[in-house]
Amino acid sequence: MNITLNNNKEVIDADHLTVAELLKIKNFTFKLLIIKINGKVVSQMDYAHTSISEGDDVIVLHLISGG
Amino acid sequence: MDFNKIKSILSVKTVGIAGCGGLGSNCAVALARVGIGKLILCDFDAIEPGNLNRQYFFYNQLGMKKATALKENIQNINPEVIAEDHIVKLDPEIIMKLFAGCDVIVEAFDRADMKKMILETVLCQMPDKPIVSGVGIAGWGNSNDIRMIQSGNLYVCGDGHSEATENNPPLAPRVCMAANMQANTVLEILLGKNY
Repeated sequence: MNITLNNNKEVIDADHLTVAELLKIKNFTFKLLIIKINGKVVSQMDYAHTSISEGDDVIVLHLISGG
Repeated sequence: MDFNKIKSILSVKTVGIAGCGGLGSNCAVALARVGIGKLILCDFDAIEPGNLNRQYFFYNQLGMKKATALKENIQNINPEVIAEDHIVKLDPEIIMKLFAGCDVIVEAFDRADMKKMILETVLCQMPDKPIVSGVGIAGWGNSNDIRMIQSGNLYVCGDGHSEATENNPPLAPRVCMAANMQANTVLEILLGKNY
């Protein structure tokens, strides 16, 4: 499916996709994340059962130290 | 838009600065120079010698609380700005109280877990409030990797991946690029896009 991931167009090789599966496919293994789908925040306990659909705008923000 | 018009719009705006280190001090100074009305400066820490490689403080301010020293520096740059210093460790309750009247919040923490805390608080509890975060600012070079991405009221400045470590420290040029990109994003939110 086609999604927008962190403002870039991406083609993900899957028909059905959850947030947890996207993290696995993209090898995002970080602990401190903020995830938004179409502007709505997804809480960590919902990653396994929140679906991503064709055309969704997904932000995966990996929080790292430094400031 | 001429500078008098810009100043008249900004002079009635309030920006909250969460953390007065490398990102917060430089972002606040840029906003003070262009005449933002009020800055709410929050930090519990004191200035140490190791901070002077990137933070907007002076040698004779070592040991001072960062929020208080930043207020002093801002008043020396532009006395028309109202700067409030809050010596406080921010938590969700204090964030909702202190930043309730802000037009924009700038996330300028050092620690990743604190960044997550304030972003979750603002995105979930204060969803109408724009928040401009700084993520990925360590090291040097790679100037073009520093960018801003937006999702609704969340704006993120930085390269998104350069973590501050002992062998990749945060340094003035790159930290100030991200901090000024945060300030520039605040202006875009408050003034509208400049086509």
